[in-house]
Amino acid sequence: MSTDTEVGAELPDHLVAHGEIRQTEVKQTHRVVIRFAGDSGDGMQLTGDRFTSEAAAFGNDLATLPNFPAEIRAPAGTLPGVSSFQLHFADYDILTPGDRPDVLVAMNPAALKSNLEDLPHGGVLIVNTDEFTKRNLGKVGYESNPLEDDSLAPYQVHQVAMATLTRTALEPTGMSKKDAERAKNMFALGLLSWMYHRGTESTEEFLREKFAKKPELAEANILAFRTGWNYGETTESFAVTYEVAPAALPTGTYRQITGNLALAYGVVAAGQLSKLPVFLGTYPITPASDVLHELSKHKGMGVTTFQAEDEIAGIGAALGASFGGSLGVTSTSGPGVALKSETIGLAVALELPLLILDIQRGGPSTGLPTKTEQADLLQAMYGRNGEAPVPIIAPASPSECFQAAITAARIALTYRTPVFLLSDGAIANGSEPWNVPDASTLPDMSVEFATEANAPDGSGEFWPYLRDDDTLARPWAVPGTAGLEHRIGGLEKADGRGSISYDPDNHDRMVRLRQAKIDGIPVDDVEVDDPSGQAEVLVLGWGSTFGPIGAACRRVRAAGLDVAQAHVRSMNPLPGNLGDVLHRYRRVVVPEMNLGQFAMMLRARYLVDVRSYTKVAGLPFQAEELAGVLTDAVKGDLPA
Amino acid sequence: MTAVELPTPSLGGLDLVPTTEETQKAKDFTSDQEVRWCPGCGDYAVLASVRSFLPELGLKRENIVFVSGIGCSSRFPYYLDTYGMHSIHGRAPAIATGLAVTRPDLSVWVVTGDGDALSIGGNHLIHALRRNMNITILLFNNRIYGLTKGQYSPTSEVGKVTKSTPMGSVDAPFNPVSLALGAEATFVGRALDSDRKGLTEVLRQAAAHRGASLVEIFQDCPIFNDGSFDVLRKGDEVQQRLIPLTDGEPIRFGNDGEYGVVRAASGGLEVKLISEVGEDALVVHHADETDPTQAFALSRLSDQDLTHTVTGIFRNVERPTYDDGARAQVTAATEQAQQRGDNLQALLTGKDTWAVAPTPDGEA
Repeated sequence: MSTDTEVGAELPDHLVAHGEIRQTEVKQTHRVVIRFAGDSGDGMQLTGDRFTSEAAAFGNDLATLPNFPAEIRAPAGTLPGVSSFQLHFADYDILTPGDRPDVLVAMNPAALKSNLEDLPHGGVLIVNTDEFTKRNLGKVGYESNPLEDDSLAPYQVHQVAMATLTRTALEPTGMSKKDAERAKNMFALGLLSWMYHRGTESTEEFLREKFAKKPELAEANILAFRTGWNYGETTESFAVTYEVAPAALPTGTYRQITGNLALAYGVVAAGQLSKLPVFLGTYPITPASDVLHELSKHKGMGVTTFQAEDEIAGIGAALGASFGGSLGVTSTSGPGVALKSETIGLAVALELPLLILDIQRGGPSTGLPTKTEQADLLQAMYGRNGEAPVPIIAPASPSECFQAAITAARIALTYRTPVFLLSDGAIANGSEPWNVPDASTLPDMSVEFATEANAPDGSGEFWPYLRDDDTLARPWAVPGTAGLEHRIGGLEKADGRGSISYDPDNHDRMVRLRQAKIDGIPVDDVEVDDPSGQAEVLVLGWGSTFGPIGAACRRVRAAGLDVAQAHVRSMNPLPGNLGDVLHRYRRVVVPEMNLGQFAMMLRARYLVDVRSYTKVAGLPFQAEELAGVLTDAVKGDLPA
Repeated sequence: MTAVELPTPSLGGLDLVPTTEETQKAKDFTSDQEVRWCPGCGDYAVLASVRSFLPELGLKRENIVFVSGIGCSSRFPYYLDTYGMHSIHGRAPAIATGLAVTRPDLSVWVVTGDGDALSIGGNHLIHALRRNMNITILLFNNRIYGLTKGQYSPTSEVGKVTKSTPMGSVDAPFNPVSLALGAEATFVGRALDSDRKGLTEVLRQAAAHRGASLVEIFQDCPIFNDGSFDVLRKGDEVQQRLIPLTDGEPIRFGNDGEYGVVRAASGGLEVKLISEVGEDALVVHHADETDPTQAFALSRLSDQDLTHTVTGIFRNVERPTYDDGARAQVTAATEQAQQRGDNLQALLTGKDTWAVAPTPDGEA
C-alpha cells in the first residue's frame, strides 16, 4: 500500500509516532468476515452499515448479519445489551454473512464475552481497553481481566484505548468528555477502514449528510473516524493490512440493499407497473417496521401509508382500499399475522387482491422479535378457519425481495386473492449487492376493472362471482362503476351470481373452485444445481436458508463429494416439477429454521421420505454445520 | 419531506361525491335480496328511513358504499342497491377507513350494532372517530346480542337476565354517545328507530358533516329484548322522558314543555321543572360548540333506565379529517415528485452505486 502523506499530515501530533509514516505489509485475501460487537448504545449497527457501504462502493460482494437485542437500550455493559453486526465481503460471489469472524471488534467486556467463542484461534481481536474496568468486568462475570491473563493467547490481540484516543482527539472541539467518547465507534470504523484499504470519502460524506443540521457533530465524528484510520497507519501494533479485490459479479450497476428496502421498492414498483395507487395499512412491528418507514417516504410515487390502531385495522383498511381499486398491502410479522388471520380469510372469500408481507421472527408469541426464524410457513399455509388457500412467495435473499414483491402483487392482482410474502429477520436486515434492474424491462401489470354487466342469462345483471375461464378469477368491479352495484361479504356466495347461498352443493363447489384457482397459478419449475449429475443427495431449501445451503454445497463439492441443490420460491402452489425432482434423488435433506414445517408439507404431498435438519436458534444456519450434515448424508448418515 | 398544512373542512361531507340529475326513489335503492330480519324488528324501520332518505342526497347510486360488520344489523348492505360489503365482526370502521382514504368520490357508510361496534370492534370505532374519517356510522343499539340468540351486550342494563347471565349481568354498560364524545367524535347524534322524522333529520346532518359521524339508533329486538324502548314510544310518559335537542334553542321538554335542562351544582346538567327555576336558567344547546363539555353532560342525562333520553344532534363541529389530510400529503408529494422528475428507475438506482463493466472478452 502506498502511504498517503496528506492523510498523515492531518494526524493529531501526539499520534505521529516517529514523525514519519511507516510501511505496512499488505496481504491479498479473497474474503474477510468482520464482526463489530459492542453495547446497544455503542452504534455498532451504524458502524457495520457504514463499513458495508464502503465495501459495496469498492465493488466487493458482501452479505451482512445484524444481530441486536429487542430492548432498545438494555442496561449498559451487560450481556443482554450486546449488539453486533457481522459483515462478509469478498472478491467473488458469496452466499452468507459468514459462519465465524476473522476479525472481532469488541467494544466492551460483554461484547468480548458473548462473541469470543465464535472467533477461531488465530483470529484478529481488536479490543477497546477503556471499557475493561473492574466494574464492567464484574457485570459480565469476568473474575480476572482477560486482557491481563493469558486467556486471549490464542488470538492476535490488539488492545486499543479507543475511548481515550477519541476523547483526546476531540478535545480541541470543546465537546464534553462524554459526548466525545460517543464517537468511538467511528474510531473503530476508521481503524478497520485503514486495515482493509477502504477510502474515507464516502463515510465522511455520509457523516456530513447525517449530521447536516449539526455540522459540529459531523466534524467531530469525521475527526474520530480519521483518528482511527491514522491510528492504524501510524502505530506499529498493526503489522499487516489486507486487500480484498472487487468481486467479478455479472455486468451491471450495483447498489447495496437490505431485504426490507428491496421489499418496499418492490411494492412501489408493483404500484407503478399496475398503474394502481398503493395503500399500505399496517401497524409497527419488529422486524417489519422499516417497510412502513420506507414506503411512507414514497407518497410522490402514488403510495399512501396508514399506521392503524392495530394489526387488524391495518389489514382491514388495506382490504377496504383493495375493494376501492387500490393495491392493498399490509406488512407485519408472525404475531401480527395471527391477528390478521380473520381478515385474510375474508379476503379469500371476497376474492380481492391483497398483499401480506410477513417478516418472520422467532416465536411463539412475542418470541424473539429481533431474531430470525422460518416458523410461520404453516401459519401462512393453513392458519385460517375453513378451507382458505393463499399463495405464498418466499424470497431467498435480501435483493430477491424486490422481484418477490412484484411477483406476489402480480398474482394478487391477476387472481384476485390475498398473497403471502414470507421474508424473515435475516433477509429483512441483511444486505447484499443488488444488480439494479432496468425499470423499463419490468412487466406491465395493468389491471382491467369490470365495466359492464356480465350475466350469462342476458338479464343485464352484474354477477360478481362469474369467473374467468382461464384464471378462475372473478371480476373486480370497483365502487363508482354504474350498473355494477353489488354486495359481497364473508357469507358463502352462490357460484356466479354471488348472492348469499347456504346450498350444500354450492358450498362444496365454491370451496373447490377457490382451491382450484390457487392450485392453477403457474409457477416456475424448481431448478436443480447438480454439477456432476452424479449426486444421490438433494438438499432442498426455501427462504433465507439459500445462502448457507449454497455455501455448504460448495464446501461439500470442494471435498470431492456430489450433492444437488434446489430452492423453492413459491411455497404455494409448489413448482410443478418438484415431485419429480424429489423422486429423482435417493436422499433428500431439508434444512429449515423451524421444526420441519416444509418437510411435513413435502412428505404429505409427495410421499417422499425427506429428512429434516432443523435449528431454531434465532440465527441463520452456518455453512460449516450444514456442510457437515450434507457430508454425512452423502455418506449415508441422514438426519433422523 | 416537507410538512403539508392540513386542509380545513370547508367542504361538506359529500362535496366530492358525484351527483345525478335523475330523480331517485326509495325503490331505486332497494336490492333484489329478500329482507330476512325477524318480523317486527326495528331494523325494518331504519331500512325504510334510509331508503327513502338516500334519494334526497342526489348522489350517483354507484358512488355510495355501505360497509357492515357482523350481527343482525350488519345484513343491512344486502338490502340496498348500492355497493356494499358485509365484512367481519367489529372491523367495518377499519375497512371503511381504507376505502374513505383512497376514494374521496365515495359516500361511505358503516352499519354496525352495539356488540359489533362497542364490544369486539370498540377499538376501531374510537379510532375512526378520533381520526375523524369522513364516514357515517349508524350504530343500531338494541342492547342485546340477537344473531347469537340472546346474550347481554355492552349496552345491556346491569342485572339483565339473559341466556349467558341467568343470575343477571354484572357488567356495567357503555353510553355510546358519551363514548363517542370521549373519543373526540366531531358529530354525534341519536334517534329512535320508529321516529322516521327525527332519524331522517339526524341522518341528513350526519351525511352533510365532513368527518366521522356517529348516529346511535335505539332499535327494538322483538325476539330477545322485546319492548326495550317502549317507554320512549308509547304511554303518557313519553314526553317526560324524551329530551329532543334543537340547535340554538333552550332545552325544554314535557307534554307542555314544562321541564327544562339546567346547570347542576355538580358542574353537570340536571332536569328541573321550569316553574321552579325560571326560563332564564335553561341551557341553550349549541351543537357547534368546540368544547364538548356540555354535549358530554347532555349525554349523561340519558339514563340507562330511560328515565330521560336525549335525542337529536349532540355535537357537530368542524375539524380536519384524516382522509383529507392524507390525500393532501400524497397530492403535494406527487406534485413535488413531478417537478423533480422522480421516476422508478431513479428510485431503484439510488445515490450510491458502482458499476461492474464487461471485460474485453465480453465476460464480466
